[in-house]
Amino acid sequence: MATEEMEKLVRREYTQGFVTDIESDTVPPGLDESVIAFISQKKGEPEWMLEWRLDAYRQWLKMKEPSWAHLNYPPIDYQAISYYSAPKKPEDRPQSLDEVDPKLLETYEKLGIPLHERAALAGVAVDAVFDSVSVTTTFKEKLAEAGVIFCSISEAMRDYPELVKQYLGSVVPKGDNFFAALNSAVFTDGSFVYVPEGVTCPMELSTYFRINAANTGQFERTLIICDKQAQVSYLEGCTAPMRDENQLHAAVVELVALEDAYIKYSTVQNWYPGDEQGRGGIYNFVTKRADCRGDRSKVSWTQVETGSAITWKYPSCVLRGKDSVGEFYSVAVTNGRQQADTGTKMIHIGEGTKSTIVSKGIAAGNSDQAYRGLVKIGPRAKGARNFTQCDSLLIGDRCGAHTFPYQEIGNSSATVEHEATTSKIGEDQLFYCRQRGISEEDAVNMIVNGFCKDVFQELPMEFAVEAEALLNVTLEGAVG
Amino acid sequence: MSAAQTFLNRLEERLSERQAASLPEPTWIAARRQAAAARFEALGFPTRRDEAWKYTDVRRIGEGDFVLARDAAFSKATAATLTLPIEAIRLTFVDGLFSADLSDLSALPSGATVEPLSQALANNHEAVGGALGRLSGVEFSPFAALNTAFTEEGAVIRLAPGTVVEQPIVLQFLSRANEAAVMSHPRVLIEAGARSQATVVEHYVGETDAANFTNVVGEVLLDRGAILKHYKLQEAPLGDLHIASLHVDQGRDSRFTSFNVNLGGALVRNDLVADLNAQGAEASYLGLFFAQGRQHVDNHTLVNHNAPMTFSNENYKGILGDRARGVFNGKVIVKRDSQKIEAYQSNANLLLSDRAEIDAKPELEIYADDIKCSHGTTTGQLDEKAVFALRTRGIDEQTARGLLTLAFAGEVMEQVDVDAIAERVERTVAGKLPERFNLAELVDASLNEVHDAGLGEE
Amino acid sequence: MLEVKDLHVSVEGKEILKGLNLTINPGEVHAIMGPNGAGKSTLSAVIAGNEGYEVTSGTITFEGQDVLEMEIEERAQAGLLLGFQYPVEIPGVKNVYLLKAALNAQREARGEGEIPAPEFMKLVREKLAFMKMDNSFLQRAVNEGFSGGEKKRNEILQMLVLQPKLAMLDEIDSGLDIDAMKVVAEGVNSLRSAERAILMVTHYQRLLDYIEPDYVHVLVDGRIVKSGDKDLALELESRGYEWVTEESAA
Repeated sequence: MATEEMEKLVRREYTQGFVTDIESDTVPPGLDESVIAFISQKKGEPEWMLEWRLDAYRQWLKMKEPSWAHLNYPPIDYQAISYYSAPKKPEDRPQSLDEVDPKLLETYEKLGIPLHERAALAGVAVDAVFDSVSVTTTFKEKLAEAGVIFCSISEAMRDYPELVKQYLGSVVPKGDNFFAALNSAVFTDGSFVYVPEGVTCPMELSTYFRINAANTGQFERTLIICDKQAQVSYLEGCTAPMRDENQLHAAVVELVALEDAYIKYSTVQNWYPGDEQGRGGIYNFVTKRADCRGDRSKVSWTQVETGSAITWKYPSCVLRGKDSVGEFYSVAVTNGRQQADTGTKMIHIGEGTKSTIVSKGIAAGNSDQAYRGLVKIGPRAKGARNFTQCDSLLIGDRCGAHTFPYQEIGNSSATVEHEATTSKIGEDQLFYCRQRGISEEDAVNMIVNGFCKDVFQELPMEFAVEAEALLNVTLEGAVG
Repeated sequence: MSAAQTFLNRLEERLSERQAASLPEPTWIAARRQAAAARFEALGFPTRRDEAWKYTDVRRIGEGDFVLARDAAFSKATAATLTLPIEAIRLTFVDGLFSADLSDLSALPSGATVEPLSQALANNHEAVGGALGRLSGVEFSPFAALNTAFTEEGAVIRLAPGTVVEQPIVLQFLSRANEAAVMSHPRVLIEAGARSQATVVEHYVGETDAANFTNVVGEVLLDRGAILKHYKLQEAPLGDLHIASLHVDQGRDSRFTSFNVNLGGALVRNDLVADLNAQGAEASYLGLFFAQGRQHVDNHTLVNHNAPMTFSNENYKGILGDRARGVFNGKVIVKRDSQKIEAYQSNANLLLSDRAEIDAKPELEIYADDIKCSHGTTTGQLDEKAVFALRTRGIDEQTARGLLTLAFAGEVMEQVDVDAIAERVERTVAGKLPERFNLAELVDASLNEVHDAGLGEE
Repeated sequence: MLEVKDLHVSVEGKEILKGLNLTINPGEVHAIMGPNGAGKSTLSAVIAGNEGYEVTSGTITFEGQDVLEMEIEERAQAGLLLGFQYPVEIPGVKNVYLLKAALNAQREARGEGEIPAPEFMKLVREKLAFMKMDNSFLQRAVNEGFSGGEKKRNEILQMLVLQPKLAMLDEIDSGLDIDAMKVVAEGVNSLRSAERAILMVTHYQRLLDYIEPDYVHVLVDGRIVKSGDKDLALELESRGYEWVTEESAA
């Protein structure tokens, strides 16, 4: 196919960029201990939590922003960011969907997520975070019946302080890295899930995040604990409105899986990627880590990343329990001037631990993306196994795709395999499809979707459909 | 006193000695030496915080105090046991200094020049100055800067266009068991004219009890259509510290093959960089490293596809026993608009002990789309099915494992076409295998049989 | 229906077709035979629109339309379909998706709506059964991991579903055992109709025992040097190609 046509295919407009006008309760830009105290007080947190935050902040002050990633962006002015905003007054928060600000519901409509319908039809409980405060939680009763706790982390701190105290920061310590430390100091909200022993969560849990209010960074904190023999599937999806300034997003997600527990965490990420010159996109610096503490526990990360100007994200598994299993399935699509440095870490500590990594990267336009992964096999991880498949597809000759896998193997009984390929869409495949009468654009979509199949099939059904649609939108106009 | 300062003091001493002995040197060398020393002083030795040295700790070098050799005396009898038994054009260096006694240039054809660096500088320093340092200046690494600061001796090989050198050119670097640990900073320069062809062997070996530091930098310039096979057989004494970098610049349709075999040394780091600068250039990297005890072997390779229609292929095998540690970092960079590239990389490692460790990092950095690139790495154990198959043929389990380990290395070694090297490696690998494998005698016997039957090369 | 006039085609500067003429009418079955390297596969590839070939002069018209001006998919939608000698593997893309997308693209081009799902499935199942293919083929990725015979059957299956006006079969018999060949031939024969034409490219006469051509053309060195009926194929089988070459040179 001619390069110009490919180029055309690569260009597209962001269809989900718009701004909702809801009055925010926002602190002025800047960060110091008083801002942290303000956040903590606003959220009615216990004293120990404030101390925890301040400790994180003090650690953060001593840390340097990491520069090892294959990313290029202007320096972030952390004092120019406002660290708290809440829609309406917290005490007036709606208790049911009927009470939700219609503008917010409208926002979800525009995103193609009719909340009530979707929740009812798909049997999904939705904990929606708008800016930094949780505004609605549904299906709580049904979950409560099963004994599952699903609420905002602020509520959890109030209602289940022992659980929060026990697990918060136990997977991603406060000072783990620059962005995690920042998050620990200033996080405003996020989700909390606890599935008790032996319980299989009766529905898929889902959260939608949005960034709004100019210059407001979002710092979600998610904590999911799956007790012995418990199971949960959690879906995270996000999109953001168009903005001129770059917006910072530094979330932390901690998963804890005890004996025989299984956590499936799926993400479709579609933050605003910036305009054609790359202006105004979201900076996404996320720390996601799972601790497979119990024997035979299993955590599966699946992600479809199509958005953000900058993505820095490595969902990881610490495989501590004997025979525990970690999985990472990822599709990353970059276009325009997007940059992504993403991958995973599989840390094998326990005997008989297994991990699988399947990463599919698609780079188009002037974008640049890197897979960065670590597979570490410790001396006690007898019989550990890892298989990694890491493929990149290039569309157009102005983009870049890179692979940086680290393997640190310290056990002779381990088996570690890594395969990676980089290529463009096969001319012969395109010709074959077009010779069957299929347009070039459809053929590209079809081939790209086929390329991502191994990952999409890991997504829950509704999400898989959404992901395929998203991929087509992303490459739309990117091809056509 | 900083680690760097210790080394710079040794440099000062050497320079005053040279001055006292009225050994003049061209002003350009003095200037480069000075700039390199300043650069090295500014950089200091790399630490594990440097990405390129993440898995290799060089404090043993930085904290050491190494003197420079003053003579090249070496027992002829010992040398005879160490030298590769092949007819070759040979330059020998003892602790970095040239030994005319142990060198032999009689088979050198016209069109080819092979001489020690000191002599090349004395004869026509301007001719050397143009090429020397073109590929590896002081920027590559602190060690390259250190080498440049200490530039004194080495080998210069020049092939006129169309020259075909039949016999291998062997550069033999002998390490002596000295009272004080010695360092050397040899420099190798190979300029191969258009369509010239040669095989160069860098052979590092020495007296068993030696514990010296070798810091070598090599530069290879291949003109249009030149073909060079470069063997590195590193079987330095187990106390030696060995740092090496080889930089290759390839012209149109040139072909470069590197066989990088590392069996010796306590701490070894190899950097191999090829720049494929014009269409049709092709680089093959073949490597084998076998470490045991507490040996540490780090291989960093890089291929820069700077032009369209260039090809690279890499295959490295590592075997690690005891508490040895191996590092493989292979990188392929495809520059923007370097279309129609093919680049393949494979790395397989075998861990023989639970306390051995391998750190592998195969990297691709790609900025062009019409390319075929892949890499694969595997780390694991011997194929149990193969072990079983051999046992059903009546071979005991340990021998079977030994044979399969040898076969694992063999996949790379069978492409070696200097029999003496292949043989030496096979014997060493067999000899290095844990005794329970009981293979050394078997290999010995079979190789001797080959010779007795007159099937060998000689 | 198809008219090829004085066609000259080059690949990377080397002339492969050197003034080829061919006319195909509805209802006819044509076989193009010739020694290796004569340019047999080039002809069908150029008609299908493979961009690796450069048409230096000559014309191809299909039902009055200038084929060389049409995009690859437009040619297919107009009813020019190529059965590949080496069908391409497309990992992850299910056969059923490819079939449906192709059929709908064709219908859309004709101004028809998408085919209703039940109707589509009924059609596909029927054709699968005809080709003695298991329903599970639909769920497998296009040609991925297929045996040689399965790939060729799959090509014919696509023909049966898409119902081209001119079916071009490039060495459809290569790599087939006799049973697979029979199934493929049956599929092709079922395509024969008064409105449809078939163009087969083959090296061996064997295929023509199963699919009887109306016309046989001998392609040597970029030109059709001899045309005849099916007996010509038999003659080629027994005498080889040399005599034709000599005859045409004389």
